Amino acid sequence: MTAQLQPVLTANWGVDHAWTLASYTSTGGYEGLRKALAMSPEEVVETVKASGLRGRGGAGFPTGVKWGFLPDNGAPRYLVVNADESEPGTCKDIPLMMASPHTLVEGVIISSYAIKANRAFIYVRGEVLHVIRRLQAAVREAYAAGHLGSNIHGSGYDLELVVHAGAGAYICGEETALLDSLEGRRGQPRLRPPFPAVEGLYASPTVINNAESIATVPAIVKHGAEWFAEMGTEKSNGVGIFSLSGHVTRPGQYEAELGITLRELLDLAGGMRGGRELKFWTPGGSSTPLFTAEHLDVPLDFESVAAAGSMLGTRALQIFDESVCVVRAVLRWTEFYKHESCGKCTPCREGTYWLVQVLARLERGEGSEEDLELLLDQCDNILGRSFCALGDGATSPITSSIKYFRQEYLDHLTHGGCPFDPAAATLFEGVRA
Amino acid sequence: MTGRIDEKTYGELREIAARYPQARSGLLPMLHLVQSAEGAVTPAGIEACAEVLGLTEAEVSAVATFYTMYKRHRVGDFHVGVCTNTLCAVMGGDAILERLKEHLDVGNDEVAPKRQGDQYTVSVEHIECNAACDYAPVAMVNWEFLDNQTPDGLVRTVEALRAGHPVSSTRGPRICTWRQAERVLAGFDDGLADEGPVAGPASLVGLGVAEQQGWMPPHGLTHEELAHEIEDEMHEEDA
Repeated sequence: MTAQLQPVLTANWGVDHAWTLASYTSTGGYEGLRKALAMSPEEVVETVKASGLRGRGGAGFPTGVKWGFLPDNGAPRYLVVNADESEPGTCKDIPLMMASPHTLVEGVIISSYAIKANRAFIYVRGEVLHVIRRLQAAVREAYAAGHLGSNIHGSGYDLELVVHAGAGAYICGEETALLDSLEGRRGQPRLRPPFPAVEGLYASPTVINNAESIATVPAIVKHGAEWFAEMGTEKSNGVGIFSLSGHVTRPGQYEAELGITLRELLDLAGGMRGGRELKFWTPGGSSTPLFTAEHLDVPLDFESVAAAGSMLGTRALQIFDESVCVVRAVLRWTEFYKHESCGKCTPCREGTYWLVQVLARLERGEGSEEDLELLLDQCDNILGRSFCALGDGATSPITSSIKYFRQEYLDHLTHGGCPFDPAAATLFEGVRA
Repeated sequence: MTGRIDEKTYGELREIAARYPQARSGLLPMLHLVQSAEGAVTPAGIEACAEVLGLTEAEVSAVATFYTMYKRHRVGDFHVGVCTNTLCAVMGGDAILERLKEHLDVGNDEVAPKRQGDQYTVSVEHIECNAACDYAPVAMVNWEFLDNQTPDGLVRTVEALRAGHPVSSTRGPRICTWRQAERVLAGFDDGLADEGPVAGPASLVGLGVAEQQGWMPPHGLTHEELAHEIEDEMHEEDA
């Protein structure tokens, strides 16, 4: 049987005290850094380019190519790690930083060296206290070991790294909002261009990458671009962490080559909980259009998921069985987008408000069939017309659920409310296998 | 909660600002420190941040009101967040929140009254996705994880907290008070990083399957091969 899971980032998560420098070093940690410092920064960029690593935060932009965009204008350069993991369903960076924060710290040092930045920041969401403790401790240990600071290991290269805790705002996962937040402002997105590569933090050339992307860099440098590029599919190289949650027997983190299918992952996770039927799922968080059982065999790589009408996103596979009302699920996500809209642009601020009004009316069994057309029309006025991707994302669950479950919306009207029993879907009252 | 912020805190606010190339970047952690020192974002705390950063109080307030973790009113010593985003809600988060609010007789984001014999106060609010969906339904206490919760289980935990009994996070240390937690978020070490497990069970399920099956990534370089390669490169550079 060929290997279906490929632990790379997750490989040391079971090791005793994996979060400490001593443990991380004993399992080969910081060997990538040693190797990188023996290379030129340009060679490191080339290696990451050749590996085919694409952004793990959702957009899938080639990481090495992004690094190559920085202008050589003499301005200081910055590396900013987006560890603001908040997309509903996404839960990969938090366990990574809790179990092995040094993987990320090593990645930061190598990546900063590659882009010639002397200051780096890890922007981590504030609501994860213990993860922040472990990150802070790892940075302290890395300074003490000479991995950070001045003249790192005699290379002449200097790097200062700050762990920066956010304060509760989903929008700060959007990279330009994150920059405003890191500058001590309200986290609202910026107009692009200029892109952060040209004018990012403090209007200086800045690379912003997702935590998992940066954490993957040490393994690529250590084992070589080819090693990474051989894994995955032709255009979606390497491995990634797939996060299964919801009505599966064994929810959790499964690290596999890109291109694995949900059917294969479900097999590894013991199938659907209690043998119930799969109803709908998100391939990459709530901002990616819903899939159903007919998409079980879609290879989970950037191209295949897009071709099937959704997005790979953050590989946040939220799995819902037949006991769940799709209208209730979509209303709740929509309330979330309304709450998290930063208010900067009208289509998102006003649009998400009205989406909630119409959806709530439908969920109560009030309203009419025309409300479905109204919803789609509202989505049409938000998608592509908002300042950033938050507005776009808000429309995904609505349009996809109407596409696959139109009848269920109508059932609410004929039933005079929700025909489902919410207790049947819970962890503690449902059919726990 | 009134009057001027003490000098020690002022010093620490300046220390935070000095971590950054531009001092204003320190504002978010500075507001966390204000919450630790004051128990909320108070007018005095806003004034102190404005003074240290050379901003107006309106500019600081504009930031403080944007982020949900900043509170303009008191919260409990233990602030309980119940995730009611879709997945957790469906898995039981809605029922857990209802039960807890009913038990404490409070509305959202309110502090339950301290009863005779209570050591500590608790407050409760519904929160959005906290990146622990594989442990749904999830609650947070002072931003520490409580995984796989039930309505009765969380009520028992909250009662233990009120009574002053030690309660540990399912993936972390004994839960400290909200004000202590805010100090860590401001970047001040509390020495607890080594507490708690490496990871929770759900974080390790994939790894467990891979180990059981003997699945390893395709051959990379072993430690020894890598050491040789680095040595060779060093020699090349020397030559």
